[in-house]
Amino acid sequence: MSTHKIIIAGFGGQGVLLIGQLMAYAAMMEGKEVTWMPSYGPEMRGGTANCTVIVSEKKIASPLVTQATAVAAMNGPSLEKFKDLIVPGGDLFINTSIITGDHGKEGVNTHNVDCMGLAAELENTKVANMVMLGAIYQVTSVVSEDSLRAAMEKTFSGGKAKLVDINMKALYAWKG
Amino acid sequence: MKEKVLMKGNEAFGETAIRCGCRFYFGYPITPQNELTEYMSANLKKAGGEFIQAESELAAVNMAYGAACSGGRVLISSSSPGIALMQEGLSFMCSVQVPLVVINVSRGGPGVGSIQPGQADYYQATRGGGNGDYHLIVYAPSSIQEASDTIVKAYDVAEKYRNPVMVLADGMLGQMMEPVSLPEMKEALAEEDIPKVKPWALVGHKDQRPHNVIKSLYLQTEQLEETINGYWGKYETAKKELPEYEAYNLDGAEVVMVAYGSTSRIVLEAIDLLAESGIKAGLIRPITLWPFPYNAFDKIGSSTKAVVSVELSKGQMLDDILIGSNGRWPAAVVSRTGGVLIYPQEVADRVKELLEGGKLNGKSV
Amino acid sequence: MEKVFEYTRGMLDVKLTYCPGCTHGIAHRLIMETLDERGLLGDAIGVAPIGCSITSHRYLNVDMCESAHGRAPAIASGIKRVHPNAAVFTYQGDGDLASIGTAEIVHAAHRGEKFCTFFINNAIYGMTGGQMAPTTLVGQKTTTTREGRSEAACGKPLRISEMLATISGAVYVERVSLDSPANVRKAKKAVHKAFEVQEKKLGFAFVEMLSTCPTNWGLSPVASLEWLRSNMMQYYPLGVFRNPEEVM
Repeated sequence: MSTHKIIIAGFGGQGVLLIGQLMAYAAMMEGKEVTWMPSYGPEMRGGTANCTVIVSEKKIASPLVTQATAVAAMNGPSLEKFKDLIVPGGDLFINTSIITGDHGKEGVNTHNVDCMGLAAELENTKVANMVMLGAIYQVTSVVSEDSLRAAMEKTFSGGKAKLVDINMKALYAWKG
Repeated sequence: MKEKVLMKGNEAFGETAIRCGCRFYFGYPITPQNELTEYMSANLKKAGGEFIQAESELAAVNMAYGAACSGGRVLISSSSPGIALMQEGLSFMCSVQVPLVVINVSRGGPGVGSIQPGQADYYQATRGGGNGDYHLIVYAPSSIQEASDTIVKAYDVAEKYRNPVMVLADGMLGQMMEPVSLPEMKEALAEEDIPKVKPWALVGHKDQRPHNVIKSLYLQTEQLEETINGYWGKYETAKKELPEYEAYNLDGAEVVMVAYGSTSRIVLEAIDLLAESGIKAGLIRPITLWPFPYNAFDKIGSSTKAVVSVELSKGQMLDDILIGSNGRWPAAVVSRTGGVLIYPQEVADRVKELLEGGKLNGKSV
Repeated sequence: MEKVFEYTRGMLDVKLTYCPGCTHGIAHRLIMETLDERGLLGDAIGVAPIGCSITSHRYLNVDMCESAHGRAPAIASGIKRVHPNAAVFTYQGDGDLASIGTAEIVHAAHRGEKFCTFFINNAIYGMTGGQMAPTTLVGQKTTTTREGRSEAACGKPLRISEMLATISGAVYVERVSLDSPANVRKAKKAVHKAFEVQEKKLGFAFVEMLSTCPTNWGLSPVASLEWLRSNMMQYYPLGVFRNPEEVM
């Protein structure tokens, strides 16, 4: 496996940090090296939020990424900010519920994901971020389904345990 | 191998301290270390400990002083401007020789500065920061696992030396998540056992011994000098016992970079980039910042033409590099500051420029 | 013959070096007698302030530490966390408590810390040589108010007891005076109450003691006591500002 360097970005409140964490958790359970690095700042809601997840078989040096193997943009400003960091042959995931128009980039595989629309089909718009996680998972195979489920079971425990099934279902809402 | 958990640096710092038997934490909110204060508020009580959200960093450090004088195992934490406010208490604790672990999740400065990661507290950490003759012992871990292991060591060193130990992290280490295997839970020192282990502690004399007094005022100057000379010996011992560093790729290196904390990881990647341009580069990563591992520079070979400090500050560590190099190599600094991060490519480009531009002419630039 | 007075074993057999006529000696003795009478000497931990009484640990036969200026309440908060059953107290002057240490004293009260603070108010900075304190009276001459404290420039003196009494965690607040035998006896009762409040873990207990500073006031010991009565007691009325039912 090569090293995955994935940037997930959007508005604060879209759950981008959470899906990055789930990915990191799943990778750790597979015994891989992983770092999860968030942006942080004074804008708790509505500001920009992003995180970088690095998954590798080797020890991870820099937790910062200037050459991403994949970028998931949940809103327009994030797309503008990060799309140029994608390496040739990398993947760009666009949340088309918010981002309109054609944003394909040469040498990069673009995947349109209607996060809100697909979540609405599951009758739970809160899982829009999981739809995006599913798309990333399906395309990059950065982690396995089993470990994602295990990560969710760890993350959604107690009263939140009932969320695991709907979130797992959301992983397959997008069909590339 | 023990099971790993995925934790944010700030939370792993707190959990490790609890597992080290720390039962007293005093804190005040400041970004980017808030998760640590929050973690202690949620978890210390469960472990039988005490948490106070203090009215200021000044109050927090003085609460820590009170608890440490009483024989408690204490943690405090803050970020750069808050650490500046704590200097009063740190100077006090060094002068009266009580142990403490303090974590600085540093950010850009000076003044309020920025809330993004910075390393501009190097002087504040290693050059005193408060008044008087004293040193903090300073560790600079570069990953969350190492930070956890360092905190375990920090408590042992703080109690052995009866001196505050600072763990200098930065916003990056505080905020990021990495898998970490935590130490085993250690039993805390019971209140009734404090006098046995720390006979100097304030516990009440119980009508069984003369009263204990912890003091730093000496109106007789000769007595103060004698007291300082008395504890200075342990700093000399520390200089022999404590310096730690990691050396990477020094053999045949044309240039040796020196970097600590999370910056050292960025440099590791820059070394690969430089190799692609045919430049062999090495790294010295100081693990202790005080005492500084000057001996590391003796490992540099004859192939090296220059040493370069890579830091998120304006050449503060360069001072120690100049002492360590002792004129053997020209030295320079590659820095970003104010909370601006430095990326591997920029490090590689600027080092290359220094080597090619003839800017290293025997003195620092 | 019946012994009518015995020097408390709470005071060490050391000559006090406070100025003649200074009331620190009385305040020290009251606190130590009280601790002894309550059987708390062996369990007491005191915090000395910055000010003349930074040396109080030379005289007080209890475990003690020094404090940075004004921070004694924070330090006592830390001590009390480690030793919740110890009799913890701070002893602070007005420069220390009413100026540089206002945040610490207010928040110790705010948290309802279960220790006692004895506040020595003599309306001036003593150790540093007679500068204006927040408690210096309007018109009072000090080395930083040569013409007398001006209300326009410095405001009116802070009444700390009244201020702390507005904080719910400060469950016992009383102002006493050390100017006369009768008032000293009342002060002793207040010190007892303060430790009773602490033993019962009711909250923060605060006793302000109006005191003298003959040296920096430029008065004789006797004239100082008179000045305290005719000036300080007018602005700082004696009395109980808060008292919990449990120790009525």
